[in-house]
Amino acid sequence: MAETKLMKGNEAMAEAAILAGCDAYFGYPITPQSEVLEYLAREMPKHGRVVMQAESEVASINMVYGAAGAGFRAMTSSSSPGISLMQEGISYLAGAELPCLIVNVNRAGPGLGTIQPGQGDYFQSTKGGGHGDYRLIVLAPSSVQEMADFVYLGFDLADKYRNPVLMLSDGAIGQMMEKVTFHPYTVPEKNKPWATVGKPETRERNYITSLFIQPERMEVHNQKLEAKFKQIRENEVRFEEINTDDAEYIFVAYGLSARICQKAMDLAREKGIKVGLFRPITLFPYPYQRLNELADKTKFMLSVELNSGQMVEDVRLGVNGKIPVEFFGRLGGMLPTPEDIVHQLETLMQHHGNR
Amino acid sequence: METVELTSSDVMPAVAPACKQEEFEMVYHRPATMVDVSMHYCPGCAHSLVHKLIMEVVDEMGIQDKTVGVAPVGCSVFAYDYMNIDMQEAAHGRACAVATGIKRLMPDKYVFTYQGDGDLAAIGIAETLHAINRGENILIVFMNNAVYGMTSGQMAPTTLPGMKTTTSPDGRDVSFYGAPIKVSELMSALPGSFYVTRQAVNHANGVRKTKKALENAFKYQQLHKGTCLVEIIGNCPSNWKMTPVEAAAFVDDEMVKTFPLGDIKVPKAEDLKP
Ligand SMILES: Cc1ncc(C[n+]2csc(CCOP(=O)(O)OP(=O)(O)O)c2C)c(N)n1
Ligand code: SF4
Ligand SMILES: [Mg+2]
Repeated sequence: MAETKLMKGNEAMAEAAILAGCDAYFGYPITPQSEVLEYLAREMPKHGRVVMQAESEVASINMVYGAAGAGFRAMTSSSSPGISLMQEGISYLAGAELPCLIVNVNRAGPGLGTIQPGQGDYFQSTKGGGHGDYRLIVLAPSSVQEMADFVYLGFDLADKYRNPVLMLSDGAIGQMMEKVTFHPYTVPEKNKPWATVGKPETRERNYITSLFIQPERMEVHNQKLEAKFKQIRENEVRFEEINTDDAEYIFVAYGLSARICQKAMDLAREKGIKVGLFRPITLFPYPYQRLNELADKTKFMLSVELNSGQMVEDVRLGVNGKIPVEFFGRLGGMLPTPEDIVHQLETLMQHHGNR
Repeated sequence: METVELTSSDVMPAVAPACKQEEFEMVYHRPATMVDVSMHYCPGCAHSLVHKLIMEVVDEMGIQDKTVGVAPVGCSVFAYDYMNIDMQEAAHGRACAVATGIKRLMPDKYVFTYQGDGDLAAIGIAETLHAINRGENILIVFMNNAVYGMTSGQMAPTTLPGMKTTTSPDGRDVSFYGAPIKVSELMSALPGSFYVTRQAVNHANGVRKTKKALENAFKYQQLHKGTCLVEIIGNCPSNWKMTPVEAAAFVDDEMVKTFPLGDIKVPKAEDLKP
């Protein structure tokens, strides 16, 4: 039977990692996600799994590389500055096509910033982050439940495509307590014939590399990666829609800002404003196509983010000029209230109505 | 001056066209753990020789199916083209972290890193030091050629005082850059290190000792008692701007003054009990 508990997002994610058959976790403390390492340091050994506090995020991500290259389910988590430090390693993982799960409990930046929640890492998460041509599959949870669910999904997608998966959460979802149900999950049997486990006589040697010194071979590798990203774009788009059927206006928001927008939507509906919520769940691949369809029956969209306007660029790409796409956000770890968002919506309605 | 056996031992004996191969007694052959291709390393480079020594040990111990190597960025990043074993290429400096990830998940496998001095002692010294401090049961093969080979001869943390490189054109100024880091001495101070030795491969005697050291280090992994560090003074004729013969002499005349050869930390008899 599925078990329901009251847990912090970070701890639910850690517990899900154990249930998802995560063989190894490597991490370095940073607020607001140190609970993950603390939880796993306590729990992983009970399950005979590997958990280690590394000397830095640079080391953690490279330990993940080693473990993933040997065919194990490996994961790390951190928050913004730590994720920045991992970018070289993430690029190597993507280049070498190693599956793994990376969790960013986003805090506000740049620099050391603040430990309060933010969404300023959207560009870094979705547009590459590290060097070279690659994409991560990016999952954006908006509840404690999804922080757990996306661990299973993340590992499965990582293995399916041999690509790192990033869960982009934030300091609020990671820290808040909610009910969470751990659904039954069967850890898939290991089938990684490419893993470096020691070369038996029966097969050629395996090697994990992102190095292709001849440009002709590098291009072939790049094309192979691109073909994979195309497949991911075609097959893995995920989103949630609430009240979009009759909506004249649509909030577009992910993660924590989607939670706030949901409340704002309810307030606006009470006032008779027909507004809906579109919540991208995968930030890569991004649901451009669906936004484009929705634009046909919507007056304008409002992208609400905890940054200075990053995802709004993708909303505009999706809508492709059909209707206005506006932006509203708070910065620095500050959160808009639902009333702020409704007020912004009403102001924009007037502005666009008067044109 | 010593004659150089470095390159000759690396070349298969040429068979004269008139002779039949079966008339000869086979005294030397390529180990099954080496891929049958020619290497990209410069003439007189230590990398090719040390690759062969490691692979001979793996072959003789019969552990090809239990060995995973890690080669980070440096001239030897292509090691997996030559070593017929499972390998991982690592980011510059991160070999020990990658090896930690491998070994912690597969404690019964033999895991080694193969790192240059720039890799190990500059950009990757944190990962190296912490891996050794944790006593990771891995072998670190440390190729100290006192320069950045792959990027064409810049100064390394191990560049000798006064030694000219492309980024120390007037010679390494110790008052500005500090003294060369004696990695083996430094790491031997950590309780996590089990066996630390410094060898050279510029003549036959050194080659034999180096192979013995590598063999020891592979065997010690079975004990799960800590990290083995085998530092090898590597000739880099290209970036030392020398002929292979001159480079071999430079190891004896100059390198060993800063980096004296020999064992630095050896396990006691009771440490060798499982
Ligand atoms: C992050 C990063 N910085 C710099 C480089 C460029 N780089 C490649 S190899 C190298 C130095 C290699 O020197 P060493 O480790 O001594 O190996 P050698 O080639 O001498 O054997 C450098 C600086 C890189 N690949 N990655
Ligand atoms: S540059 Fe130096 S280390 Fe690199 S292959 Fe040539 S001799 Fe060897
Ligand atoms: Mg070097």
